[in-house]
Amino acid sequence: MQFDASNLLPILPEIAILITACLVLVVDLYLKESDKGFNHSLSLLGLVIAMVLTGMVGGGERQIVFDGNLVRDAMSDLLTGSILLVSLFAFIYARPWLKDRGMLVGEFYVLGLLAVLGMLIMVSANSFLTIYLGLELQALCLYALVAFDRDSKKGAEAAMKYFVLGALGSGMLLYGISMIYGATGSIEFAAVAKAVAEQGISNKVLVFGIVFLVIGIGFKFGAVPFHMWVPDIYEGAPTPAVLFLGSAPKIAAFALMIRMLVNGLDALQSDWQGMLIILAVLSMSLGNLVAIAQTNIKRMLAYSTISHVGFIFLGLLAGSAQGYASAMFYAIVYAVMAAGAFGILLILSREGFDAENLEDLKGLNDRDSWYAAMMAIIMFSMAGVPPTVGFMAKLLVLEAVIRIDLVWLALVAVAFSIIGAFYYLRVVKYIYFDRPALNAPALVTSGGVRTAMTFNGLALLLLGLFPAALLSLCQATFA
Amino acid sequence: MNAFPLLTLIIWLPIIGGLVVLAGGESENSVSISKWTALIFAVLTFLVSLGLWIGFDPSSAQMQFVERSVWIPTFNVEYYLGVDGISMPLIILTTFITIFVIVAGWDVITYKPSQYMAAFLIMNGIMVGVFSALDAILFYVFWEAMLIPMFLIIGVWGGPNRVYATIKFFLYTFFGSVFMLVALIYMYFQSGSFSILDFQDLQLGMTAQILIFIAFLLAFAVKVPMFPVHTWLPDAHVEAPTGGSVILAAIMLKIGGYGFLRFSMPITPDASLSLAWLIIALSLIAILYIGLVALVQQDMKKLIAYSSIAHMGFVTLGFFIVFTIIQNPALSSGSVMGVEGGMVQMISHGFISGALFLCVGVLYDRVHSREIADYGGVVNTMPWFGAFMVFFAMSNAGLPGTSGFVGEFMVILATFRADFWWAVLAATTLILAAAFTLWMVKRVVFGEVKNAKVAALQDLNGRETFNLGVLAVAVLALGVWPAPLMNVMHATVENLVTQVSVCKLPAAESADCVLARPKPIASLTTDSATQPSWH
Repeated sequence: MQFDASNLLPILPEIAILITACLVLVVDLYLKESDKGFNHSLSLLGLVIAMVLTGMVGGGERQIVFDGNLVRDAMSDLLTGSILLVSLFAFIYARPWLKDRGMLVGEFYVLGLLAVLGMLIMVSANSFLTIYLGLELQALCLYALVAFDRDSKKGAEAAMKYFVLGALGSGMLLYGISMIYGATGSIEFAAVAKAVAEQGISNKVLVFGIVFLVIGIGFKFGAVPFHMWVPDIYEGAPTPAVLFLGSAPKIAAFALMIRMLVNGLDALQSDWQGMLIILAVLSMSLGNLVAIAQTNIKRMLAYSTISHVGFIFLGLLAGSAQGYASAMFYAIVYAVMAAGAFGILLILSREGFDAENLEDLKGLNDRDSWYAAMMAIIMFSMAGVPPTVGFMAKLLVLEAVIRIDLVWLALVAVAFSIIGAFYYLRVVKYIYFDRPALNAPALVTSGGVRTAMTFNGLALLLLGLFPAALLSLCQATFA
Repeated sequence: MNAFPLLTLIIWLPIIGGLVVLAGGESENSVSISKWTALIFAVLTFLVSLGLWIGFDPSSAQMQFVERSVWIPTFNVEYYLGVDGISMPLIILTTFITIFVIVAGWDVITYKPSQYMAAFLIMNGIMVGVFSALDAILFYVFWEAMLIPMFLIIGVWGGPNRVYATIKFFLYTFFGSVFMLVALIYMYFQSGSFSILDFQDLQLGMTAQILIFIAFLLAFAVKVPMFPVHTWLPDAHVEAPTGGSVILAAIMLKIGGYGFLRFSMPITPDASLSLAWLIIALSLIAILYIGLVALVQQDMKKLIAYSSIAHMGFVTLGFFIVFTIIQNPALSSGSVMGVEGGMVQMISHGFISGALFLCVGVLYDRVHSREIADYGGVVNTMPWFGAFMVFFAMSNAGLPGTSGFVGEFMVILATFRADFWWAVLAATTLILAAAFTLWMVKRVVFGEVKNAKVAALQDLNGRETFNLGVLAVAVLALGVWPAPLMNVMHATVENLVTQVSVCKLPAAESADCVLARPKPIASLTTDSATQPSWH
């Protein structure tokens, strides 16, 4: 393995994030308690630099570096940029919460940045081993983030559950990878694809391997029936950690799926398509139905995530470039929506109080009509009501499914999205139709949070009105 | 074609106005500025929309004021606007009614008035968008986007049970429309474009047509609303603020009717023909059964809501009776009359129901009750109001000389061509509508002054007189001289009827054609002998 310019240049964004994480780790030691905000600024700077670098090294031909372990192509450029952007929002939203609770310490940022690094590696992995390393780096950081509020019993319980179930998921994935390695003799996606194409699908070990891969992916995505960890962790973990693990990792999980199933095992599409249909239908139905019964908004959003994962699977199982592009569009848009929704919850929280029940949103329109409007846009977008981008995302996915003549699947999807609309509307009801509780103090937020939330909410509206740019980026990826 | 983007202006002017009003905020001094800004934008939009009427060429059935540019290139989705004789009057109705809604909410709305005004302005733009969209996805975006402001209007400014009503409203409509979306995407794969006009030229097999027709029916029947999916309407009306009820009754219901004319009938004529019996039956049920239901209502708004359902039954009857008539070429002129009657009924009902809801709003603002039993002898304290209320009640009952008569008469006449007994059933509405409206008027307006609240009533103020006066003039003008309206839509309706008289089944299924085969049209006469008689 050569550490020369041709290998290092394409991974400059990853290097930037790693350097920032190390810097924060060291600088934090020399910061006074009152200056801890510097960690925040430094991390944001690192993310912005990484974004700029992504723009600079991105574009152009597909490059394979580090002896076929990493790849830089249109997909990694777009997904890297999206992950960095969503994480930027997450850091900005999380700061006031951390500050109020005296948790504005370097470790949060180090863990967060390393998780981002893990996601970036997943996005640009070109072999089963690299992708697994990225996944584990991300997952370990997230386990720690979930337990970040060390005095919280619920947080510790959630972290434990997340760790055990996450390890189980990773184990499945690794088992699947080993079977595929056994059957094809390679862990590099291109070589695996070649071997599969030559061997055909008669190899039972290979098909078994796919089953385990899909289970592992299901765990990481939180698709039914591998969803059990999602609601508990969303409810138990501190909201900044949920914001972090509910948004950008979905994009990374999408990359995981595309890299393994499409780049590596495209020839076996007929085998994994059926499994994904089952996962998609189950996720959409259970996610939407159970979300109705929730009064805790974090739990509700957890089930909502599950149902959205079903929709992302719909695009993937279409098995066409069109379908992958629409699933990609959906995953990116979902990450932005989720970041905004949890961001609002953080805005509503204050010292000694965490907004986590639907009732905590009561009368938001009276307290701050701008945030109310943003949250309404996010909710309508999640429900898939035009003119928000959530509708466009659903439309593209449905189009991909109808294109392969699975009209029944499209009908199932729209039927569940009607059911889903109910609980999103209920959130809007609390925001607009109810008056605030008597003891609700005025919302005080920093200019940075307000700007980020404005950008976040309006992006959902503007992308809905002008989806062509993002869509063409997604489509260029699979052209 | 007109190079000036007039339709774009009519859609986006009120939406921008709404955003301006929203930006004004809710502080004491800015509210009065916001109200005037809202009114100015509403009037301006109406004046601009008159440009459509002036520049419209009534002799052409083509789309006019067409604007077409790319929106989402990969899926061939376009920003494609245009109007014909069916949509143009509805657009002007929309911009016209919005002015009254703004005026009606002037002093009455005290909770966040800027947001209230802004919601109606944005709503106005979106509804014009629905009527002028010629791209299916653009249509769907407007169609669904319309729900958001209405959901908030009912939920924020509505009555005590508003949350139930508004969520029911949203989910019913959402339920109806998502299946339409699947149908639209399906047709995109058949035709390669989302243009509605391309959909209308598409050949579709019978099974596909039936399924698409049902998907459309779900969407439009909920909106119209038709029996049995009408139950959201009384709830929504009762809970909505006056302005919300006016927009619901006057315009949103019309969007369902418009959908039948723009989508169901021309895209799936064969399925429409084979299922016309269903629509006609549901329409007759709406007219008779809902008329009887209206009779027993205790709540004025509910009564008018049920009366709206009954009247919209006439609209769908007028549209689908066409399919019975065109099977008998000797009666072909009746089909145009049915559709035109339905259209006139829609416009007229927009005025009348809007005015009646404003009347109820006038009473509600003073007494804060909609119960008929709480009133009696209102005419003694409010003579001007009494006069207006009686006038609008009469026109609701279809009194000759008012616009309510014209549409109903035309539809009944057309129905007579199809089947005598259906016409008899339909005509009972003249009795039923008279019974439920006039009985309500008798109990509310006439008689002795019933209680102290009624005795203390103040007559109409300037704002209310303006609203009701202008609408009364409109009702009267359309009733006495409907020719300008008919003139505008005649060419389009004739074209539509020709279009729906042609079989659209592909060559393989052409043996099943009940409608005339595409070419030559003259074969209609010879075919008629072999047609199955179905009534």
